[in-house]
Amino acid sequence: MPDDRNFFNEMLDENGGPRPPYARLAQWLEDKPANFLTKKSRDAEMIFRRLGITFAVYGAEEATERLIPFDPIPRIISAAEWRRLSIGIDQRVRALNAFLHDIYHRQEILRAGVIPEALILQNEAFLPEMVGFTPARKVYAHIIGTDLVRVGEDEFYVLEDNTRTPSGVSYMLENRETMMRLFPELFQTNRVATVEQYPELLRRTLESVAPDGGKSDQTVAVLTPGIYNSAYFEHAFLADSMGVDLVEGRDLFVDAGKVYMRTTREPKQVDVIYRRIDDAFLDPLTFNPDSMLGVPGLFDAYRAGNVTICNAPGTGIADDKAIYAYVPDIIEFYTGQKPLLNNVPTWNCSRKEDLAYVLDNLDDIVVKEVHGSGGYGMLIGPTASKREIAEFRKVLQHNPSNYIAQPTLALSACPTHVASGVAPRHVDLRPFVLIGDQVRITPGGLTRVALKKGSLVVNSSQGGGTKDTWVLED
Amino acid sequence: MLGRTAASLFWMSRYHERAQNVTRLLEVAYRGAIMSHNGQEHGTHLTFALTNSGLESDYRQKYEELNIRNVSMFMIFAKDNPLSVRNSLELARNNARAVRTSITAELWEAMNTTWIEFTEVNPQSVTQEKLPDFLAWINQRAHLFRGALLNTVLRNDGYFFSQMGNFVERADNTARILNTQYWSLLPDNDIIDDGSTERYQWSAILRALSGRRSYRFAYPHARLKAFNIAEFLILRQEMPRSLAHCFDWIADTAEDLAQYYGSREPSLDLAIEIHRELSGKQMRDIYQEGLHDFLTIFIGKNNQFAQQLSEDYNFA
Repeated sequence: MPDDRNFFNEMLDENGGPRPPYARLAQWLEDKPANFLTKKSRDAEMIFRRLGITFAVYGAEEATERLIPFDPIPRIISAAEWRRLSIGIDQRVRALNAFLHDIYHRQEILRAGVIPEALILQNEAFLPEMVGFTPARKVYAHIIGTDLVRVGEDEFYVLEDNTRTPSGVSYMLENRETMMRLFPELFQTNRVATVEQYPELLRRTLESVAPDGGKSDQTVAVLTPGIYNSAYFEHAFLADSMGVDLVEGRDLFVDAGKVYMRTTREPKQVDVIYRRIDDAFLDPLTFNPDSMLGVPGLFDAYRAGNVTICNAPGTGIADDKAIYAYVPDIIEFYTGQKPLLNNVPTWNCSRKEDLAYVLDNLDDIVVKEVHGSGGYGMLIGPTASKREIAEFRKVLQHNPSNYIAQPTLALSACPTHVASGVAPRHVDLRPFVLIGDQVRITPGGLTRVALKKGSLVVNSSQGGGTKDTWVLED
Repeated sequence: MLGRTAASLFWMSRYHERAQNVTRLLEVAYRGAIMSHNGQEHGTHLTFALTNSGLESDYRQKYEELNIRNVSMFMIFAKDNPLSVRNSLELARNNARAVRTSITAELWEAMNTTWIEFTEVNPQSVTQEKLPDFLAWINQRAHLFRGALLNTVLRNDGYFFSQMGNFVERADNTARILNTQYWSLLPDNDIIDDGSTERYQWSAILRALSGRRSYRFAYPHARLKAFNIAEFLILRQEMPRSLAHCFDWIADTAEDLAQYYGSREPSLDLAIEIHRELSGKQMRDIYQEGLHDFLTIFIGKNNQFAQQLSEDYNFA
């Protein structure tokens, strides 16, 4: 393996020997014949296709269901590394929920001048409709996907806090199932922490935030936009593995402030909705009047305390890219402690001096749209052409407050199966966190991998793949 | 269970049954067409498949020439033919996808694999020589679907709705084929000679309804006779595609639903009424009443039943 020391190699140390968590895997890889992984990759693809683990691609008429490439070599995290990460994640998600409760109530953090008022109150992601309302257990973001990157032995950064409707957890679970089918022997030689408990924990989390916590028989439903949504497979998968109904907006109605499902018999009241549709589409009476996906009257039923919506409407303010830079301050403000996980230093292009710095250093940094996602509308300076940079400069100057910028991080790399054999490719990590009666973090998460050599973009929409993520037990 | 889920399970099965029925019609037409040695006869066989599926006029609008290639493209692959096998398989799978949580993994994999493999076939590659194998493959896949359903699905409301979809479609298909060919099934034809058009129609009907072999067992001492064939496909309960068999199953299932939910709905009464009419009848009564009228009324009642079922259980 060529040893490029510009990034942290998770499998190999400086001398080319395996780091301890990878010791057994490295040996195993070495023992296998050359075409072994190629064959196993084909088997994996067959499994995924038959199970229908696909995501929809908008716009393409044929083959609208595609597979996310799956890399058969696992990414491994040691027990000690995971302990450190999970304590940091726990601190962060608690602070973000405290922040959400505060800005929809007394707004102490604005009064204290920690965050500029305009950044919240004029933010599209801030929902005035939520002001004064307190959801069960004061939890707003029940499911969070914290995007992490690693740049060194002990250096992790939080790239993004996905507090709206983070997706990808079905890949975490199905990747593991597939790995266990493909390589049972690896699970005998490595003590890998299980992830299969996630659906059960998700259900417990959702039930724990029902409006009437004392009821023994809570009705939970997963609300999906329908079979043409890109993440439909995941919606069906989660409903199925939790044993709850998968509903579309048209299956629900509101009567006298309560939400019901239309069943083959009498209507059934719903206590908790795990929604996988955006705020704007939840309720045409309160938000986007053209929404065909939502349920008229749902928001009123919610405010009346008759149903819990997970995640709560308005949680987007906590993962807004303009707020991101303030998360370390948010953590200190609500917990009184220093943040355990680092933020990536961020320049806010709406600030004059930040903009000037960004414009001077476009070759070296990454610029992102404040409301963008999926790897669209961003500039990665070091890999962009002169022309791309010139064009981006114009766009940026035209509307600077729409952008933030960050230094280009040297993402760590993991061994990955490629055409020429096994080579390091850059990865990130999205652990999934559940917040209800307690905070539950499933060991591992979704590892996304940039399959192109040297690429730092791991999004599936930009040619990224996924890997099974192992947290080893002591 | 959601009303929409019940509807999707009903239609999942119904479209699957439809895909298989269209496939079988095409098998019969293909067989007849390759055996015939003049153009006119050739055309008759192909027309058999088109008229029995109610597609003749749509076909004529799209194609000038009547040949095996065009007919099979139209009935298997055409996106603009609402009854094509392709469209039925896609709709069946979409309905299954919408209720992924209510069907078993085995059932889903059976359907999904069919769809994946079907879409990987280039229509141009299905030449006349390859057509029989391809049709047999679709048939096998449909059997696999039904087997997975019967072997893995819990006997609850979802199962009952899927059975309804299957047998409403099957009864409709059998009744339509008989009604389109009713003239060949009039008892006067029993005196006619071997080699006549009617004789060919008889065996084609039996093949299209998978009844050619089983007819021999049901009527071990009789030659092919219009009277027997009609009786076999309408009144004989042991024939799995007969109207009596379909409504035996439908009435039982309606009873199961009533028991499951603890309440009796109008669709149950309708199912029992149709079932009783079929089981109390003799073939002579039907001929007396008029075969064509009898079948036309049956098709209407079968539709009415499906409509009532969807109202009773909030399919919309």
